[in-house]
Amino acid sequence: MWNWLIHPKEPYTWGFIARVVIKATLLFIVFNLLFAFLRPMDFINRLTLYNGLFAGRERFPYSDNPPQDYAITTDNIPAMFASHIVSRPKADDEYRVIILGNSATWGYWVSAYDAIAPQLTDQNYLLGDGKRVVAYNLAYPNSYLSRDLIFLEEVMQYQPDMVIWFVTMGSFLPQRQIDFPLIRNNAQRMRSLIEAYDLYLDPQDPRFNTTDFFGQTIIGQRRTLSLWLQTQLYGVMWQSTGIDQFIEAYQLRPNDLENNLSWQGFEPPINFTEQDLAFDFIRVGQDLAGDLPIIIVNQPMFIATGQNSDVRYNDHFPRGAYDSYRALIANLAVKYQWQYCDLWDALPNESFTDTPLHMTAQGTGELARMIGEMITDYLEFGYLGKECE
Amino acid sequence: MTFNLTLIAIFVAGGWGYSLILPKAWRGSALFIASVLAVYALQPPLLIRYMDFILPTATLLVATVVWVLTAPRPDGKFKWSRADFQTLWFIVALLVILPLFRFIPAEYNVITASRPPEQRNIIFAIAGFLVIIFGLGLFTTASRQRRVLSIAILAIIGVFILLKTESIALAISQWLRTQTERDPALANPLTDLNWLGFSYVAFRLIHVLRDRQMGKLPDISLRDMITYIVFFPSLTAGPIDRVERFTEDIKALRDMNGRDPSRLVEGTSRVVIGIFKKFVVADSLALFALSATNAGQATSAGGMWVLLYAYAFRLFFDFSGYSDIAIGIGILFGVRLPENFNRPYLKNSITAFWQAWHITLSNWVRFYIFSPLTRSMLRWKRRPSSNVIAFMGLMATMIIIGLWHGISFTFFIWGLWHGVGLFIHKLWSDRTRKWYIQFKKKEGQLRLWNWAGIVATFHFVVLGWVWFALPDVTTALSVFGKLVGAGF
Repeated sequence: MWNWLIHPKEPYTWGFIARVVIKATLLFIVFNLLFAFLRPMDFINRLTLYNGLFAGRERFPYSDNPPQDYAITTDNIPAMFASHIVSRPKADDEYRVIILGNSATWGYWVSAYDAIAPQLTDQNYLLGDGKRVVAYNLAYPNSYLSRDLIFLEEVMQYQPDMVIWFVTMGSFLPQRQIDFPLIRNNAQRMRSLIEAYDLYLDPQDPRFNTTDFFGQTIIGQRRTLSLWLQTQLYGVMWQSTGIDQFIEAYQLRPNDLENNLSWQGFEPPINFTEQDLAFDFIRVGQDLAGDLPIIIVNQPMFIATGQNSDVRYNDHFPRGAYDSYRALIANLAVKYQWQYCDLWDALPNESFTDTPLHMTAQGTGELARMIGEMITDYLEFGYLGKECE
Repeated sequence: MTFNLTLIAIFVAGGWGYSLILPKAWRGSALFIASVLAVYALQPPLLIRYMDFILPTATLLVATVVWVLTAPRPDGKFKWSRADFQTLWFIVALLVILPLFRFIPAEYNVITASRPPEQRNIIFAIAGFLVIIFGLGLFTTASRQRRVLSIAILAIIGVFILLKTESIALAISQWLRTQTERDPALANPLTDLNWLGFSYVAFRLIHVLRDRQMGKLPDISLRDMITYIVFFPSLTAGPIDRVERFTEDIKALRDMNGRDPSRLVEGTSRVVIGIFKKFVVADSLALFALSATNAGQATSAGGMWVLLYAYAFRLFFDFSGYSDIAIGIGILFGVRLPENFNRPYLKNSITAFWQAWHITLSNWVRFYIFSPLTRSMLRWKRRPSSNVIAFMGLMATMIIIGLWHGISFTFFIWGLWHGVGLFIHKLWSDRTRKWYIQFKKKEGQLRLWNWAGIVATFHFVVLGWVWFALPDVTTALSVFGKLVGAGF
């Protein structure tokens, strides 16, 4: 196969080697420059084997251990969407519900088919106009409203009919919104949102990773290209096994807690104001969605009963801070006419796994049932139903 | 340090420097020094203290012992030449110097995998080693040599069995941990006893010992013997060269044109091809190749086949990629290692496959197992039929190839699988020979027949990989079930 190279008809000469080296160097430089000028990554990122050769992914690829999870974490938003079932054509009888949120909504420690979105779809809710509710899991591990906004902006091209946005107190920390790698590495998108919607964040924040000209070359984009390729290759395993996270034994969330009333730099007594937390992102989300209904859901959590449970709900949230957050978001929902549903204590404690937010498959199933009823009640009667009262 | 891209780049740059700059007279010694140092540099770190220093040292010592045992004894006694004595003292000096690397910060220590032991501990080991070397030299007279060589072969096979039998290796690992005050519960032969390249070193040693017994071994210096045993491009994954061919190349180094552009391009191209096969194709296929973990996860027969095909091609590209890299680096340093692969998945019979897959291992086993065994059976008083001889020879050969990869039941079955395949193919080709000669005239049908043979052979090999890839029979059987749509 390689004989033409290894055993040439004419022996190689030093002149030949010099010509090959010079030509190869020139071609290398030319291709890199062309790549940087033409910026084909936008096109490449949307090329995908999913929803064609392989089934689309039920949720975005995310992995703490790629070889076992058959997925790899990438910051490449177009490639993430291209691999997801949301990018397949919308059926005529489909009422497309987009689900945003953190790892609990993504379905950490449950299979892709046991997350909230597929369980909601499986319940086959039929609407008055004959359409069926089909939910799409666009949640992603870690709580960042900034990231949810970028996903919301991107998903608008996929004809959504409704957005269910799961939030918790941790989602609203104002200064951490840029800390997430996906945000830092998609600086241009975030800056556009900041400028277009007058978000409180600084578009010149040094935490944003900016790509210079060299960063646009093949060399500069090699990691993005490698992750894109690996995302495609892991499609074989997704198609063959339906697994996108290796579920191993985990330690249950603690029930006995530390006697700590402070939270993320806020010291007791904590009484949040609108400016203390990043509610601005909800406003931008509403603006981005336009006429599309968005339902904000305060996600369920584990409520500890052990040591110091009188001062903390769980190892994430102290009682004082969380009560203040709940009261504030409920008031703001009324003030700004958000569709808001508080499900903070909707699930029994057995529904939670390693953190106060991660749920079992039974927990996500129960939550999916509540969300399904909420959607049908909202569409039929214009209110969110008894679960949200 | 593993055989990674940085190391390969260093070897290639070294090969160019060696060819273009190094004086011709120094080439043989340079290869020897580079190979000896590479034994330490390539050894991965191990979790039992000093083991990653002890095992490479043992490789050098065993190679030296084997040279002493196999050296010719024209007047009945072993004699040291001046050059061999210099080589021995070089090794001793190296063993004295290497412990000094313990004073170098880990990030700058590119020679030993971890901190080597203290010099005072080494001194006793060196003294013991010298006593053994000189003692064996005196003891192994020409009249005793044949018997001593047999003992040496058995000793190497014994060590091989100890290391390749998982339960025994685990017990050794636990014992060593107890001796070094480490937790025996954490014993793992892969991280405690990973003796780099021992599988290949053992085959080269047995080849040398056996050839001396048969009177075929040429006169080799200690320097060339050690270079042959631990030649750095082929230390970790072969090919398994033959010593008489290797030493011819070493002798020719003085006359080699270092500035020959064809050789440099050939070597470099071969390395680049190997890098592409190993690090691009094989490593990509590895993401979805069949493994013990994903064997139970496939949800359809089609999915299972994809994993198995990926495994088959991953194995080929990984191994032949490594071989290309080794051969390419060898060419840059003036040594033409033998080819190891010749389009094995495009062969139209299992016999042709084994002439094209891991060729140097197949040849080794043919020389030292199949041929002696079948020849000896032909000499039996009650000579078995030719089919029985072929069956026994093929089975023994293939089972040994299987167990060489690791002494486990699945490797045994894998060997059996190929032994049976080869025997059936032998019977088939014996019975269809006349028909096939006639058939050869029909070109169109012959081409079709060849392709049918390629597809059948490929799938026989691919199904055999199930035994090779999986750790136990139950998992392998469940994969076979899933391949035909059962067991989901």
